[in-house]
Amino acid sequence: MAIELKMPALSPTMEEGTLAKWLVKAGDEVKSGDILAEIETDKATMEFEAIDEGTIGEILVAEGTEGVKVGTVIATIKGDDDSATPAPAAAPAVEQKAAESGAPAVQDAKAKAAAAIAPKSDAKPAADPELPAGTTMVPTTVREALRDAMAEEMRTDDRVFVMGEEVAEYQGAYKVTQGLLEEFGPQRVIDTPITEYGFAGIGAGAAMGGLRPVIEFMTFNFAMQAIDHIINSAAKTNYMSGGQMRCPIVFRGPNGAASRVGAQHSQNYGPWYASVPGLVVIAPYDSADAKGLLRAAIRSEDPVVFLENELVYGRTFDVPKLDDFVLPIGKARIVRPGNDVTIVSYSIGVGFALEAAETLAAEGIDAEVIDLRTLRPLDKETVLASLAKTNRLVVAEEGFPVCSIASEIISICMEEGFDHLDAPVLRVCDEDVPLPYAANLEKLALIDASKIAATVRKVCYR
Amino acid sequence: MVPDNRIGIHKRFADADLRCEPVALGYRLTLRSDPTEPEAARKGNPDLAKSPRPRANTPAAKPAAKRAARPTATASGSAEPIIASSVADEAAFALRSLQQAHANNKRYDASDEELLKFYEQMVLIRRFEEKAGQLYGLGLIGGFCHLYIGQEAVAVGLQSALKEGHDSVITGYRDHGHMLAYGIDPKVIMAELTGRGAGISRGKGGSMHMFSTEHKFYGGHGIVGAQVPLGAGLAFAHKYRNDGGVCMAYFGDGASNQGQVYETFNMAALWKLPIIFVVENNGYAMGTAVKRGSAETHFYRRGTAFRIPGMDVNGMDVLEVRQAAEVALEYVRAGNGPVLMELKTYRYRGHSMSDPAKYRSREEVQEMRDNHDPIEGAKAELLKRGVTEEKIKEIDKRIRQVVAESADFAETSPEPDVAELYTDVLVETY
Repeated sequence: MAIELKMPALSPTMEEGTLAKWLVKAGDEVKSGDILAEIETDKATMEFEAIDEGTIGEILVAEGTEGVKVGTVIATIKGDDDSATPAPAAAPAVEQKAAESGAPAVQDAKAKAAAAIAPKSDAKPAADPELPAGTTMVPTTVREALRDAMAEEMRTDDRVFVMGEEVAEYQGAYKVTQGLLEEFGPQRVIDTPITEYGFAGIGAGAAMGGLRPVIEFMTFNFAMQAIDHIINSAAKTNYMSGGQMRCPIVFRGPNGAASRVGAQHSQNYGPWYASVPGLVVIAPYDSADAKGLLRAAIRSEDPVVFLENELVYGRTFDVPKLDDFVLPIGKARIVRPGNDVTIVSYSIGVGFALEAAETLAAEGIDAEVIDLRTLRPLDKETVLASLAKTNRLVVAEEGFPVCSIASEIISICMEEGFDHLDAPVLRVCDEDVPLPYAANLEKLALIDASKIAATVRKVCYR
Repeated sequence: MVPDNRIGIHKRFADADLRCEPVALGYRLTLRSDPTEPEAARKGNPDLAKSPRPRANTPAAKPAAKRAARPTATASGSAEPIIASSVADEAAFALRSLQQAHANNKRYDASDEELLKFYEQMVLIRRFEEKAGQLYGLGLIGGFCHLYIGQEAVAVGLQSALKEGHDSVITGYRDHGHMLAYGIDPKVIMAELTGRGAGISRGKGGSMHMFSTEHKFYGGHGIVGAQVPLGAGLAFAHKYRNDGGVCMAYFGDGASNQGQVYETFNMAALWKLPIIFVVENNGYAMGTAVKRGSAETHFYRRGTAFRIPGMDVNGMDVLEVRQAAEVALEYVRAGNGPVLMELKTYRYRGHSMSDPAKYRSREEVQEMRDNHDPIEGAKAELLKRGVTEEKIKEIDKRIRQVVAESADFAETSPEPDVAELYTDVLVETY
């Protein structure tokens, strides 16, 4: 009985990849450890290695095929003993050790779990009405949009530099800084040792000294080591100096739950930073916002915490092709207009909210979806105006419920929108537990579209 | 038996500058060459003079020994040969090279004019701080207020070697002295202490949070040790812009135990940042004596692991401080990367105004005041040089006047306008 070789998941968040090259053909003898193929993910090219002995039976997916889903059978191996039970066929040899490390062996369960966690909908935010008519839109991944934003700012302002772990030679742990070293050189794209507290402080000092640092944290979980400089050094300086000394710096990196990386690597720090006066906190969802707002963040005279999301890096959205595309900080966006109920969200939650809105539309509930985009300063006006129109509001947030952005929105609705409320404002947040590892428990702990839809039905009394 | 033995080893090598005897410790610290012979550095110190010369006859040790002879022969000359060799030759890496240069020529050859200036600046700091203490007692200054009395020679000696407005200075919360030494107007400092709108931070920073970007004085930081990486960031900016500037980052013996200090040492050395790390060792981290809080009490050695040369400097003599600064600056300005200076000093007052300083004896403080006071030392030197008593008194009088005026200004200036509560949170409006 032939062993099936399946498309491996080469990172915790990979859903599909490109079968770049076969290094074997039908009839080749292979043994454990032989490299069978090269597989490209959006982050890296990995080698795919045999773990069984036998003869290649059939190549089922030709080289060069893009978008091969994890778990797809790509080839078969005829074992020496055809009665052998099919084992999980292959493990990837991790050529470039990805940040999230420990690429797991391919297993159906794993692939299914990854697919289950990933949002199913391709729901996209509505086009920005403020763009000039006829603007060309270019499909761009969030990852590329962030890179483009940094590159464009670096081209126009030589004070801007990028510093962090693996940002230069490795091209970014999540490939967000891809190509920057080549264009701007090691003076401006700087690899640091693993020393968050230290380089966050050096970045803040460089900003005080007149430069425009973009400090990348491999993830914001690691920024906990450096939070003193973000808050005490960066956020408070302008005030403490009576406006004399500024700290124009951007701290950026992925934030929030990734996929199956456990409690220490899965937390949304949006509410933490958003509680600090003196900081600007941005958490975009789509590519255009990622680009336009990162450019604005780099130009800002204030310290900015720029929260990205690993699960969104690979998603593609339209970005307007404009020479100087910069978006205003502190402005929410209505990504789906509606009349019956408002769903307020940000970052990855926006995708879930849009998906929920589609489901609800089929049931006759017309939901308006607001992407906050900036968490501090918070655009209350847009939220309150929408509440005045729909009279019902739900906050969807991928993060802990206690002392959350949702708590803040609810408070604002109570203080300033009470007369418009036809139902209590409810929140849909992650469960109030450290994020578990097991696929089923993780799924239970995180928000998704169905939980949002269920909560919306409640406030609509449906 | 074991503890005794351990103490025995410790004592024996306590001042041997990492020159550990292989037999005794069971391992050898591999400072491969060690051009700095103990003799010159240890003149006059009987403890040090006794220390053994345990270097193995490794090939690397030999040329080093030769090199060491050089500065001794040219004791009055510059430190260049040693500095140059320590950089050019990997094998000649010597953590004590700058210390050697300093030992060869300890005191700055100040003109009378310069010494008078140093004296004046130190007196200004002393009188200013005494006045601040007084105003604190009257309730005009609130919160935490850390006085610099006793440590004046450090800021004055070091910063007199810097180019004000070009080289950056950053320090912790005991910052009044460093500001005064950088020529910042005492009035706006004192008005900040009293929390007035005319204060340098508009009354919103207080004693621990004062800045003057014009003078390139970057604070004024309240989190112990945080100014060290910030200082490296300032040095990074100097290097990035290639403007020839150097950053001087001060911290205390207490801050020396913060982890971020070593993260910074690593990157500063790795990237050869133009920074001088200055440990002001005043003997106490708040109430904890150095010996109770630090495994290695010779702070200048703490750059060893990062290949940062250290300097052990008497911080109670402004001319020794200044000369040490010359050596360090020459090394740093030449692009060699950071230097770690330890300035042995003493604060006469408590850690802050609310500290009764019960952790040390009156006698200890009195001994420092009587025999090591930096201002009295400078005064004696001036008199010895033939500067008249009248001239010195004239300075004292002028400074008293300046300080009285600053206190008057600080007491009579209005508090910040209430609208200031909401200004300066963010620079821009969004």
